[in-house]
Amino acid sequence: MVDRYLEDGILDGRLDAGDYDGNFGDAHPPLDTHEALVAADRCYFCYDAPCVTACPTGIDIPKFIRQISTGNLDGSARTIFDQNILGGMCARVCPTETLCEQACVRETAEGKPVQIGLLQRHATDHAMSHGRQFYSRAAETGKSVAIIGAGPAGLACAHRLAMKGHAVVVYDAREKAGGLNEFGIATYKTVDDFAQHEVDYVTAIGGIEIITGKRLGDGLSIDGLSKAHDAVFVGIGLSGVNALGVDGEDDAAVANAVDFIAALRQASDLSTIPVGRRVMVIGGGMTAIDVATQAHLLGAQEVTIAYRRGREQMNASEVEQNQSTSKGVNIRHWMKPVEVTKTDSGSLLVKMEYTTLSGGKLAGTGKFQTFEVDQLFKAIGQTLEAGDALAGLTLEQGRIKVDESFRTSNPSVWAGGDCTTGGDDLTVTAVAQGRDAAESIHAALSA
Amino acid sequence: MADLRNDFVGIKSPNPFWLASAPPTDKEYNVVRAFKAGWGGVVWKTLGLDPHIVNVGGPRYGAIWGADRRLLGLNNIELITDRPLEVNLQEIKSVKRDWPDRAVVTSLMVPCEEPCWEEILRQVEDTGCDGVELNFGCPHGMSERGMGAAVGQVPEYIEMVTRWAKANTRMPVIVKLTPNITDVRYPARAAHAGGADAVSLINTISSIVSVDLDSFAPQPTIDGKGTHGGYCGPAVKPIALNMVAAIARDPETASLPISGIGGVTTWRDAAEFITLGAGNVQVCTAAMTYGFKIIDDLVEGLEQWMDNAGHADLDAIHGRAIPNVTEWQYLNLNYTTKARIDQDSCIKCGRCHIACEDTSHQAITNMVDGERRFEVIDEECVGCNLCVNVCPVESCITMEQIPSGDMDERTGKPVADEYGNWTMHPNNPMRDAAE
Repeated sequence: MVDRYLEDGILDGRLDAGDYDGNFGDAHPPLDTHEALVAADRCYFCYDAPCVTACPTGIDIPKFIRQISTGNLDGSARTIFDQNILGGMCARVCPTETLCEQACVRETAEGKPVQIGLLQRHATDHAMSHGRQFYSRAAETGKSVAIIGAGPAGLACAHRLAMKGHAVVVYDAREKAGGLNEFGIATYKTVDDFAQHEVDYVTAIGGIEIITGKRLGDGLSIDGLSKAHDAVFVGIGLSGVNALGVDGEDDAAVANAVDFIAALRQASDLSTIPVGRRVMVIGGGMTAIDVATQAHLLGAQEVTIAYRRGREQMNASEVEQNQSTSKGVNIRHWMKPVEVTKTDSGSLLVKMEYTTLSGGKLAGTGKFQTFEVDQLFKAIGQTLEAGDALAGLTLEQGRIKVDESFRTSNPSVWAGGDCTTGGDDLTVTAVAQGRDAAESIHAALSA
Repeated sequence: MADLRNDFVGIKSPNPFWLASAPPTDKEYNVVRAFKAGWGGVVWKTLGLDPHIVNVGGPRYGAIWGADRRLLGLNNIELITDRPLEVNLQEIKSVKRDWPDRAVVTSLMVPCEEPCWEEILRQVEDTGCDGVELNFGCPHGMSERGMGAAVGQVPEYIEMVTRWAKANTRMPVIVKLTPNITDVRYPARAAHAGGADAVSLINTISSIVSVDLDSFAPQPTIDGKGTHGGYCGPAVKPIALNMVAAIARDPETASLPISGIGGVTTWRDAAEFITLGAGNVQVCTAAMTYGFKIIDDLVEGLEQWMDNAGHADLDAIHGRAIPNVTEWQYLNLNYTTKARIDQDSCIKCGRCHIACEDTSHQAITNMVDGERRFEVIDEECVGCNLCVNVCPVESCITMEQIPSGDMDERTGKPVADEYGNWTMHPNNPMRDAAE
C-alpha cells in the first residue's frame, strides 16, 4: 500500500497502480452461454407478464428470454431493441430490482427473480458485438427534426425518427454524445467505453447527424431550430446541481458529485483523479451512491453518505445501497448539514443536525454532530437550468411541461427524459419517452 | 425398516434394483463398482457369438434435455458387447464368485438357430450366473442382422427361441421385450407360451433424437450420416408403465413375472412399476447420468416410503395398482371435479389462465375486480387438470371432487350419486340393454 493512502487532504494516486483496474472492473460480469441458458430456463413465460408491465419501455421480456433459451440470440436482441434501442445500456444501469425483477413471479415464489437484466445484456451484447443491425430507414420523407441533447431520450428519439425516414440532427453541449450514459453513470457499470459503442450502434441506421459542442442558449435556440427544421425535440436533462444552502459550501473541497462522476468516466488514468482520505457525501439517490462508492474505490479510506431521511426514503435502491456498503461505504441517516467550516490544517468540519419527522415533516432536533473530512460531495439532486433558452416553453414543477405524447406548450416542440415533468431520473424512462415522442412527431409530420 | 429383499424367479438380491443390460454392465470393473455402491443385481451387457461385433468409433448417444440441461431422454446406437465372449464369461464367473449375494443375470443375443443358443447357454451356465435374459429388444444394428427387435417383433420367433433356451438350460429364462410393436400382450403371450420364467420390458424405443441443422444429418452423426437408435430415460417411463400394466392385467400372462424397465430414475418410479406388477426393476439411464451412487436414495427412499405407509415388504406393494387400471369405458362418468387455486401459494404467473383460455375451456380468470387474479370459473371448468399440470408451484392448484347431490355449475345439474360409465350412458349407441 502506498503512503498516500493514509495521508489527509485531497490527493491523487492513493492506490497502487495495479489496484485501479480491479476496483473499476465490470460490476456485474456478463453471463456466459451456459449461465445464460440456466438463467433463461428459470423464466415461466408468464401470461401478461408482470415484468413487462414493470418495464418503462415495455420490452417483451418472456419472449426475449425464450429466444435466448432456444438459441435465437439475434431474435432475442431484436425483441429488446424493438422497444428499447438502448437496451444494452439499460441492461447495465436499470435498477432491475425495483422494476422487472421486482415484478418477476419468481421473486414472489422464491425471492430469487429471473436475472432479466443480465439476460438482456447477454442478448444485446451478442447482437452489438456481431454488428447486427435490425432496422433500416423508411424512404426519405424530406422532413427534418432537430434534437437537443444526445442522451438516452435524444438518442432513442433520433433512432425512431430515422427509422421513419426523417432526417435528424442531434446537438449536444458536450464534446461527446451519450449524455448521462457517457458522463453520469458509475465507471464500473459501463466498462470498455460501452456508451460510445452504443451511440455508434444507434446511429449506424443512418440519417442521424450528431453535432457536439453546441449548447442550447449559446448560438442554439429553439426558435431558430424550429424555423430550420420541421420539429424539435428537447432532451437536455438536468444540468443544474442543487446547492446545500449552508455556509461554507463554496470551499474548493466541496464538489458536485455529478462533476466528479463525469471526470472519472472521462479519465484515461484513474490514478490522476484526486480524492480525499475522509469523504462525506450528502444525498440519498443513485448519484450519492455512485460518488461514494467510486471515491472509496479510488482510495478514500473513510467514506460516509449522510442522508436527511431514513433508509426507506432513499431513492437509491436497496441493492445499490447494499453494494455500496459491502464495498466499505458507511451510510448515515436522519441528519442534514447546517454548516461547513475549514480547519487550520485544511480539512473541513461538517456540522450536521440530527433530523426527525414532526407531523409528517422533516424537522431538526437541535442535536448536532460534526464530522472532520477532506472532501465533501453534494448529491442532493439536479435541476433544470431553464434560463432564457426555454422561455417559450411552459414549465411545471421546475421542469418542461409535456402532454401525454410528449409535446410541449409549443406545438412544434416535443420534450422527454429528465428535463420534463414526467421524467423519473431513469435512463430507461428517458428512452421510452424519447421513443414515444418520436412516434408523436412522426404522426404530426405525416398528418 | 421395510424388507427390500427380492426374489425374482428364484434369483435373490438384497434389493429390487438391478442394473439393466447396457454399457454400465459391460465389464467386471463397472459391475464391481456397482455392487460396491449397493446395487442388488445386474443384467450383464448382452453377449453374442464370436467374432464379437464392433461399435462405431463414436458418437453413440444423442439426448433431449429439460430445464437446466436435465437429461430427459437418451438415444443410443451402441450394439451388444464388443468384447470377446471368453473375456466376458470369465469376468461374469469372477464377479458371481466374489458377490454371491447379488443377482448376476446374463443377457444373450445370437442368431435364430438352435445350435447357436445351445452353445452359448452351455458356456454361460459354466459361469455360475443366476439366469439369462434373451435380448429380443434392441431396435438398432442387431435387428438388421435378424436379431434383437427383429425377433421381438414376431411372436412366433419369440416363442420358438424361448423354447430352445428353456430346453438347453436349467437357469431361469427372462425374455426381454421390445416396445416397438403395436400390442405388447402378443409378444408377452408368446414368451409365456415358450416357457419363459419372466419377461422384462421395455427395451429402447426406435428413435431419431434430433437433426443437426447445419449438416442436415440425424444425431448422433457419424461421418455425415445418422441412423435410428434406441430411446430411453425418464421420457419413456409412461410408455413402459403402460406396457407393464397391460401384461400384468392380461389373463393369459397375469401370472408371468415382470422385470420393469424404462426410465426408472427415483425410488418413486420403482415403486410405481412394482405396484403395476413388476417383480423388480432395472435401471440404466439414471445410472449413466448420475453414476452408481443414486442407488443410495433408490433404496433408502423406497424403504422410507414403505415404512411410513406401513408396507412391510415388496409383496405388500406388488401389483397393488393393477385392480385400479381399467378401460376408459368403465370410468365413472358421474365423478365430477373442479380445479381449485390456492391464492396464498399462487405466484400469479398466469400460465393456468392462458392454457385454459387459449387451448381449453375459458374457465380461469386473469383479472378480478381490476386486480391480477386467477380464479376458476365453475360454470366453465370441466375438471380436466391441465391447469394443475402447467402450474409451476406444487400443490397450488388441486382438483376438488364435487360431492354427489351438489350442483355442477357447468351442467346445471346435481352430481349423480350412482356409478355410471360409458357402457351405460344414453349417448352410447352400443350401451348394454340391461333394462
